[in-house]
Amino acid sequence: MSNYLAAKGLRSWLTTLDHKRIGLMYLFSIFVFFLLGGIFALILRLHLFGWGKDLLSADMYNQFFTFHGAIMIFLVIIPGIPGALGNFILPIMLGAKDVAFPRLNLASYYIFMVGAIFAASALFLRGADGGWTFYTPYSIRTNTTVLLVLTGALIAGFSSILTALNFIISIHKLRAPGMTWDRLPLFLWALYATSIIQILATPVLAITLVLLIAERVLQIGIFDPKLGGDPILFQHFFWFYSHPAVYIMILPAMGVISEVIPVFSRKPIFGYKAIAYSSFGIALIAFIVWGHHMVVSGQSELANFLFSLLTMFVAVPTGIKVFSWVGTMYRGSIHLYAPMLYALGFLELFTIGGLTGIFLATLAIDVHMTDTYFVVAHFHYVMVGGTIMGLLAGVHYWFPKMTGRLYSERDAAISFWSILIGFNVTFFPQFILGAQGMPRRYWHYLPEYTMLNRVSTVGSWFIGFGFLYLMIYMWKAVRYGKASGSNPWSALTLEWQTSSPPPTENFEIDPVVTDWPYAYAPDNVHMAVNK
Amino acid sequence: MRHHAHHFASAEAEFEASKQGMWVFLVTEVLMFGGLLVGYGIFRNLYPEAFHEAHKHLAVSLGAINTVFLISSSVTMALAVTYTQMGKRVAASCSLIGTLTLAFSFLCVKYVEYSHKFHDGLLPAGYFTNTELKLPEAPLFFSLYFMTTGLHMLHVLIGMGLLIWILRRTWSGELSSGYCTPTELVGFYWHFVDLVWIFLFPLLYLVG
Ligand SMILES: [Cu+2]
Repeated sequence: MSNYLAAKGLRSWLTTLDHKRIGLMYLFSIFVFFLLGGIFALILRLHLFGWGKDLLSADMYNQFFTFHGAIMIFLVIIPGIPGALGNFILPIMLGAKDVAFPRLNLASYYIFMVGAIFAASALFLRGADGGWTFYTPYSIRTNTTVLLVLTGALIAGFSSILTALNFIISIHKLRAPGMTWDRLPLFLWALYATSIIQILATPVLAITLVLLIAERVLQIGIFDPKLGGDPILFQHFFWFYSHPAVYIMILPAMGVISEVIPVFSRKPIFGYKAIAYSSFGIALIAFIVWGHHMVVSGQSELANFLFSLLTMFVAVPTGIKVFSWVGTMYRGSIHLYAPMLYALGFLELFTIGGLTGIFLATLAIDVHMTDTYFVVAHFHYVMVGGTIMGLLAGVHYWFPKMTGRLYSERDAAISFWSILIGFNVTFFPQFILGAQGMPRRYWHYLPEYTMLNRVSTVGSWFIGFGFLYLMIYMWKAVRYGKASGSNPWSALTLEWQTSSPPPTENFEIDPVVTDWPYAYAPDNVHMAVNK
Repeated sequence: MRHHAHHFASAEAEFEASKQGMWVFLVTEVLMFGGLLVGYGIFRNLYPEAFHEAHKHLAVSLGAINTVFLISSSVTMALAVTYTQMGKRVAASCSLIGTLTLAFSFLCVKYVEYSHKFHDGLLPAGYFTNTELKLPEAPLFFSLYFMTTGLHMLHVLIGMGLLIWILRRTWSGELSSGYCTPTELVGFYWHFVDLVWIFLFPLLYLVG
């Protein structure tokens, strides 16, 4: 049987119903959007270096951080791991031939792209400003083409819903014989919990965006104080989606980490059930903490207190996960290859991001920190440190499966260290800047903040270099990489039990599951990597 | 028995999966309308007087007629599903045509209602021109009225599109006792659209 990459030509890609090809199309598109969002970030940081002369005008600056945020959130981090890795891996991990509804899957890719085109078209018109949160009433009054970005986000949301629906039904209905729920790989548990959040939260974002669009087009006044409406209601609606959305972003990354750590520690995962169920704990708490974004928006004292308390609870299920991963590594025989490097990078960055989240959940501190760089740093540690590290761990882990080839471990390590060091140099100073009171989203800053801003900007160059380097060696590996064989990491989940790249129908013989997938032993396993 | 997609073990399994998918989809619909109704609840709570005054300008009789139309259409839809399962092609097609006719009647009544509102200037806040309703917050009621009924009407239109698609396939004999998943799923959807109206009618027309 020929592998899934055999058919050639653009048409064979654009009309494919194969989840693996759709996954790769997502991966490619998301990477392009990531580069676009990243270029905005690099220019913003360059501006903030403070050359004495402004690189960006105030309006441009507003537009740049809006596009950076909107692109990274709606077109990269939210669809990233589910759309790219989830689509590719989920059915194979289940031992299935495809997702439950392949046509819907392709449709969701196209819907995503239509949303992206809408959002990106604003770039060529009058742009968009006001930040990715689109707070009213500014988003009603601004004369930029923010409408296009809103519509784009709305459309992309439907794609997100359809993907989630497909995953839920696939996990329920397409598990291979013998794959009971307690043998389900943790990546799939994580995608399942993520999908539930997507199903329950995204429709609320959809209606919020519909109302905001109607606000601009029909002046319905719901969010407009001038017409009797309530701008705070927009914040409630928006964060009712957007807080759970951060778990849409982080849970799949946690799933990847749960796969990578046992394989590269050669030890059974510690706390399988705890990791699986804590995702649902996170999903549940996700829906009752949104008010922590609105502490200074004129919420009642009681609400502030309750939201603060509930937010603290998030630390419990996330802590369970972090300790379980550390417990898995303890006394394991650790193989420091690229996926594991990224998993460790995830642990470092996510822990810092998570702990500073507790600072922000504390009311007295939050009042002080609201709208400062402290929040920016916290958010980037969680979302970039968490999701992007998880995504990169997954891309490196499954790269041999997707392409049948090996990348250079040496190159991967160079890129990893550049990104990790660059990341810390960029964002750690922002914690300090924020604590000293530097507000976010400001075009200029006071002279005493110059030094740390410069450090931060220099860090961003290392991140940029790391990704540039990554593009080069990935491209080289796709073209000239050594053949990887079907299972270079000696991993036990089903996707490694078929050839690389897999055949169109995923398996030559329909698999039957007889054991859970984490029975690793600390033997002297040989990993077929390209040193 | 119709041939099933290669990645399902049986046609049975495929049907079960589709049904479950539809339920999950309807959950998203509930949450979407839910958001809108929360908005309604909040503003009604903030401005009870204005909402009370404003709701008197809705035509209860027309709303009631539409409620009857939609409930009847749910009955004919249920009949269509049963007849299809039994393999009664003509009866199933007639029931679908009945459902479509009732849906169309609903839209006609809605058209009459909307044109009255347009004529009286009872429009979303920014375009509100009615002079009888003096309370400053009353226009918000009509914003919500148009948003909720508009979104519902969009669902009716989509449903009608689906019904026509089903009708053609039923008439050609493609959907019958052997395979009627699409009919059943469209049935679910249609009952949901009906149910939304069952909430909207009292909230807007009766208790306002
Ligand atoms: Cu939050």
